[in-house]
Amino acid sequence: MNEVAFPFASSLRLIIELDSNLIEIVLLSLRVSLSALLIGAVVGFPIGALVGTSQFPGRTLVIAIANALMGLPPVVAGLLVYMLLSRAGPLGQYGILYTPTAMVIAQSLLILPIIVALTDQTISDLHDQYQDQLESLGANRVRIIFTLLWDARFSLLTALLAGFGRASAEVGAVIIVGGNINHATRLMTTTIALETKKGNLDLALGLGLVLIAIIIAINGLAIFLRRIAKNTGGY
Amino acid sequence: MNTSPRGADTQRPFIIKDIFPMSVENLTFVSEGKEILRGITFHLDSNGRTFIVGPNGAGKSFLLRLCHGLLQPTEGKIVWANDSSNWPRNQQAMVFQQPMMLRRSVLANIQYALSVRGVHGSEQRQRARSVIENTGLSQLAHKNARMLSIGEQQRLALARAWVVRPRILFLDEPTAHLDPSATRMLEEIIVRITESDTKIIMSSHDMSQVRRLSDDVLFLHLGRLMEHVPTKQFFSQPQTREGQMFIAGDLLW
Repeated sequence: MNEVAFPFASSLRLIIELDSNLIEIVLLSLRVSLSALLIGAVVGFPIGALVGTSQFPGRTLVIAIANALMGLPPVVAGLLVYMLLSRAGPLGQYGILYTPTAMVIAQSLLILPIIVALTDQTISDLHDQYQDQLESLGANRVRIIFTLLWDARFSLLTALLAGFGRASAEVGAVIIVGGNINHATRLMTTTIALETKKGNLDLALGLGLVLIAIIIAINGLAIFLRRIAKNTGGY
Repeated sequence: MNTSPRGADTQRPFIIKDIFPMSVENLTFVSEGKEILRGITFHLDSNGRTFIVGPNGAGKSFLLRLCHGLLQPTEGKIVWANDSSNWPRNQQAMVFQQPMMLRRSVLANIQYALSVRGVHGSEQRQRARSVIENTGLSQLAHKNARMLSIGEQQRLALARAWVVRPRILFLDEPTAHLDPSATRMLEEIIVRITESDTKIIMSSHDMSQVRRLSDDVLFLHLGRLMEHVPTKQFFSQPQTREGQMFIAGDLLW
């Protein structure tokens, strides 16, 4: 057996046999990224919709900042959350650092700008088309926002998938604020980094395969949703 | 039977007093430094179909939007029933040149309009069903509104406006993009809407349509109201030189 084929085969065995260590890491990763996604959506959709339906001075600045933050390096996001949560930091008293919660906060920070920027873009385009008719029907502001969010649902799902992709694939932020502690804050990406360094390639590769499968599934879903949206008339 | 209080106060004619006459007084609209309408004054009573005609750029769409309250006049005002404190938004509806279809079924588009106006439950279902029948949309009720043809979409837009039982309905060139048969269907519905006690103000470029449908004509040119006369009179003896040229097809802008 050669050196590459060996870890490949044993990593596949880990997946097929549902190795408990691997499953634990995959489930924690999903839990953290999905929680972060939920926070990003609950906070990001209304902010994006509000900005997208408003005219106020500085609107362009808000959008520019959100767009810039879409490319925020995860390590920097991790550093900011670390400073916030460390013993000496403003939220240090809660002892959140090196817990899954800290990782959720860090990933939310990475997801939020994506959702705000994409929601604003989608909603403001739609608002231009809908504004007169909705106002004519007599819809109030809250109703207009919910109507726009609902009618933009396919585009917004794509925004969610983009956010989830970014969160689940990054390593820089969670390794700083999570600490990569065994059975506590070890995610797929951080474990891959660690196990590769230790030469334990079969677990690293097994997690890598799972991660790739998840990313492929997300992108497939995005394509599928876009196709549905197209076939049902719209964007 | 609908006993909810929200359903009850939408039973139109008995509680709320009439919104007519509609008085447009010295209406001026300036947008981005450009004067679009100047000193428009006219009065309308509650009957029939009033058409706004005039060449492109005359300000027809702006006038409709101002009357409907989507735009605020720079000067002048619109007074309903001689009461300037009264703005009867709930008794108005409008259909636009480009129909805006919500991303849901035909039926749901109609229910949405009712729901915004506070009509729910069995009354909502009953009114939605009857307007769908009256506009010939029964076969399409559960189709996605965005998959309809442009003519069907415009019929749905008209149904969505009609279902809220407006006292006045503004139509901004609703047949501009339609073929003759779709236009005819829309015109038949417009006539029926008038019969259900709704005043219509409509803009149109189609002079044969104006002759067919209108009772009186507001002739706009370069943002000014040139004539407000009965349709017959407008076509047989226009008062202004611009009116004569417009009818002859010689008024280019």
